[in-house]
Amino acid sequence: MTVRTPMTLSAVEAGAGLRAALSRPPAEVVDQMVASGMRGRGGAGFPTGLKWRLAAEADAPDGRRYVVCNADEGEPGTFKDRVLLAKHADLVLEGMTIAGYAIGAREGLLYLRAEYVYLRDSLLDSLRERREQGLLGREVAPGFDFDIRVHMGAGAYVCGEESALLESLEGRRGEPRDRPPYPVVRGLHGAPTVVNNVETFAWATAVLARGPEWFASIGTHRSTGPKLLSVSGDVARPGVYEFPLGVPIAEVLRAAGGTDAKAVVVGGAAGSCVPASEFGRTVSYEDVATGGAFIVLGPDRDLIDVAENVAEFFADESCGQCAPCRLGTVALLDGVRRLRAGNCTPDDVARLRRLGATMRLTSKCGLGQSSPNVFLSLLEHFPADMRVPVGTGGE
Amino acid sequence: MTTQVAVDIDGRRVTIPAGTTALDAADAAGVRIPTLCHHPDLRDVGSCRLCMVEVEGQAGLQAACTYPVTADLRLRTDSPRVVDARRGVLELLMGEHPDRCPECVRTGECELQALATEYGVGPAPARVSRPLQLVDLLGPAVTVDLDACIGCLRCVRTCAELQDLGILGVVGRGSSTAVSTYLGLPLAEVSCIACGQCINRCPTGALRPVDRTAELFAALADPTKHVVIQTAPAPRAAIGEEFGFEPGTPLTWQLNTALRRLGFDRVFDTSFAADLTVIEEGAELLVRLYENLVLGSSTHPLPLLTSCSPGWVTDLEHRDPDHLAHLSSCRSPQQMFGSLIKTWYAQQEGRDPADIVSVSLMPCTAKKFEATRPELTHDGRPDVDMALTTRELAAMMRARGIGLADVPASDFDDPFGTASGSGVIFGVTGGVMESALRTVIELVTGRPAEDYFSHADITPVRGFEGVRSIEVTLDRVGPVPPILAHLLPNLEWLRGTTLRCAVAHGTANAHAVMEDLRAGGRFSTYHFIEVMACPGGCLGGGGQPVPTSATVRAARARSIYAEDARYGQTGRARKSHENPAVLRLYRDLLTDGPGGPTSHRLLHTTYTGRGTYVGATR
Ligand SMILES: Cc1cc2nc3c(=O)[nH]c(=O)nc-3n(C[C@H](O)[C@H](O)[C@H](O)COP(=O)(O)O)c2cc1C
Ligand code: SF4
Repeated sequence: MTVRTPMTLSAVEAGAGLRAALSRPPAEVVDQMVASGMRGRGGAGFPTGLKWRLAAEADAPDGRRYVVCNADEGEPGTFKDRVLLAKHADLVLEGMTIAGYAIGAREGLLYLRAEYVYLRDSLLDSLRERREQGLLGREVAPGFDFDIRVHMGAGAYVCGEESALLESLEGRRGEPRDRPPYPVVRGLHGAPTVVNNVETFAWATAVLARGPEWFASIGTHRSTGPKLLSVSGDVARPGVYEFPLGVPIAEVLRAAGGTDAKAVVVGGAAGSCVPASEFGRTVSYEDVATGGAFIVLGPDRDLIDVAENVAEFFADESCGQCAPCRLGTVALLDGVRRLRAGNCTPDDVARLRRLGATMRLTSKCGLGQSSPNVFLSLLEHFPADMRVPVGTGGE
Repeated sequence: MTTQVAVDIDGRRVTIPAGTTALDAADAAGVRIPTLCHHPDLRDVGSCRLCMVEVEGQAGLQAACTYPVTADLRLRTDSPRVVDARRGVLELLMGEHPDRCPECVRTGECELQALATEYGVGPAPARVSRPLQLVDLLGPAVTVDLDACIGCLRCVRTCAELQDLGILGVVGRGSSTAVSTYLGLPLAEVSCIACGQCINRCPTGALRPVDRTAELFAALADPTKHVVIQTAPAPRAAIGEEFGFEPGTPLTWQLNTALRRLGFDRVFDTSFAADLTVIEEGAELLVRLYENLVLGSSTHPLPLLTSCSPGWVTDLEHRDPDHLAHLSSCRSPQQMFGSLIKTWYAQQEGRDPADIVSVSLMPCTAKKFEATRPELTHDGRPDVDMALTTRELAAMMRARGIGLADVPASDFDDPFGTASGSGVIFGVTGGVMESALRTVIELVTGRPAEDYFSHADITPVRGFEGVRSIEVTLDRVGPVPPILAHLLPNLEWLRGTTLRCAVAHGTANAHAVMEDLRAGGRFSTYHFIEVMACPGGCLGGGGQPVPTSATVRAARARSIYAEDARYGQTGRARKSHENPAVLRLYRDLLTDGPGGPTSHRLLHTTYTGRGTYVGATR
């Protein structure tokens, strides 16, 4: 995938972040992350420094803690982690090592999306080299042993959800766990565990190398730092872009050559559909959040195709564990098809809206909770595309 | 020391230990929260999402069954948002549920049906079907109707966690998620033990016993058939629950009358055969002790494991065939009785065994499989033609308008008459051990069991602890009683011996005992171990009324122990070897005594190593 903008990470000197981390006590490393204001790059946007602090302070009965890198990158329209793993694996592995030092872990696991198996050998090479250089293994620093293993996923989207990922790592069906307790308290094998996105670890290395003030000076007050976006769809120049968080959607479209877009799906299948009238909105945690997916829909798109495609995706990818998601995703898909066929009364549309609300409110994990998002935003902004029968008022 | 937290639930306040789930907190406050995947016997997984509640300070809703309350807080379980969400989930569940409640075995007792009614959610006008893999999971005793499955996974948790069997699992993802066996094989071809614990915990009619009641109705209506039924003690302590009585209401004598009204020609008491089992198994124990302790032979090794529970027998055949020699060769009471009915009883009555339909009322689904075992047949005909569960009999009675309220009491029929109190307590975990010990103590020491345990109540083996142990020192020995004279020269070698016995119920506990035994641990030094496949013993069997819980099982147990006590108070025998009908049988039929050739032909059996998982021979 083409990288379209200069990458800040390319200029971050390998090793500097880890050196900076190891030169101070672990708690100060956590403090630096907190000061950077960084929020997770995987989508949910949980403050990374706080996550590390919670894991460091959680009670670890057998003394074990884990660092897990979420490289499942399953969100449709997301491909920026793949670029990082291919081009900046060292920064990712370094970030994991820094996290291990910060929280007192001895072991890291990188959960690699099944389709990325072709990256496995180069990752293993990087790990070997790092061991040879003393950056992994015994005594990375006095009293700090740390090593990383690569674990292959098996192709389920839901395994990108952190607790399902942990189940999968433990050898069970990838099904989300109940929370609380959160992984930072009881994660892998019941031990406090930090799960972060690939990009999160890469930027953590940069934060330690360049200082939290540098990171916090980029982006907005509530969404600090640069963010990689995977831009795809109806644009002249698809690819990976880096922007400071808070960038207006229109600016991304300008850069990628898609200013005539009808709508953008920000955040992938789990995200929401932003109409052209709202392209002034920003990509940020306080406005339109995304783990990286930025799917542009051109003027000729019939958006009910998007709705059906997304609905099919969720009906296939629900783990099937909880009723509202397992059944709701099917009912929603059925609803989209009935809309397309012109078989929906205004009452049916109201029922589908209520179904969406039920799924958001009652599903066990983010997959089910976010699965009606695209559908609901399309109903709201593109009633004609969605064949909403006339006479249906918005609720 | 756990900290206490104060919770306000819909305005009601309770103080509970921190970490209690919101569901249990609500229960303590007397607030009912609807659930479908929660079951008091199982680990909570939060999959049905019906128990959603509002937690103060949180934006979304939380599943009460898995939400631990760790600080003082306020919960709302009845806000419009909560009620709407619940109704939304119920609409989804009903939306894919087949619209055939009236013909379902669970109608009236179905938890989904009850909640749908409560929330006014009808069957979906247009059913959104999911592409289920409708595999035929039919087993000899348990069958699965995946169409009615709501995916609560109680069965999967029951099988894997409560029973440590893992026959049922989840396959597929998304809309094709389904409960299945290994490779979707029929239950008959995997190592399912037919305990039916999954059925008892299924909220709908998706899991059900293999039903032959139509056939039974036909036999009852056929004047050329002599239809007899034996009733086990556990169903008698539970069937009232099907008719609105409190759990643990004893209805043994009323049921006799009801069965006659239903058309049975004779009603017998399985406890009679339980008494017979005590004599045969007690003798077997003493012979094994003699062989192992005196003769140094381990052909029939110790500990002796009981064989009354067909689920447990099948479990051992599948999972631990190397230890089958430990299993008592005694048939279960159902099968001892079945054998006697088709041979001796037929002869006594001057009837062709082919005209006798021998039915058993059992708490158990595994009995259905047991009755089909080829080794338990005579001349190609099964000894027991049909094993009926408690729930099935209740449905039959309802279909004929027969209830249990205001029904007069009546006795069991001769020639088997009434059993002893020991035969009755077979229905509860520990009961076989208690009965056997009462008899063994008396036969060996020549003293009343009351000298060793007050009222001959052997309380250490009672209760619901998963595994319970007892040691009994035979401080004195008497002369060999006549009933054992053909088996043992004297009893001197037992003087001062401490019998080490244990009781385990539920296959998970049984597996723990067997693992210890295999590893040469404490249980390998034991002499006698009672095992029941179902939690609680027979009274918790897979054919018993729903719902089941520790409270319900305890009530049934109280009723069974009370019946035993009443036998003592009313001058009836409480010990198997004092049952006059059993003694008569040894005089008239089993003339070569317990363990003799006639006994072996009619009352004992052999076992088949089956191996685990796939390709098991049935
Ligand atoms: C259905 C679902 C799929 C997800 N897939 C991914 C993924 O592929 N990669 C990822 O980093 N996070 C994914 N997440 C988010 C993770 O659960 C988790 O929030 C994230 O790994 C935390 O890392 P971060 O704080 O660094 O973003 C997913 C969440 C859900 C609900
Ligand atoms: S919301 Fe969907 S993916 Fe998440 S636990 Fe429920 S069924 Fe599984």
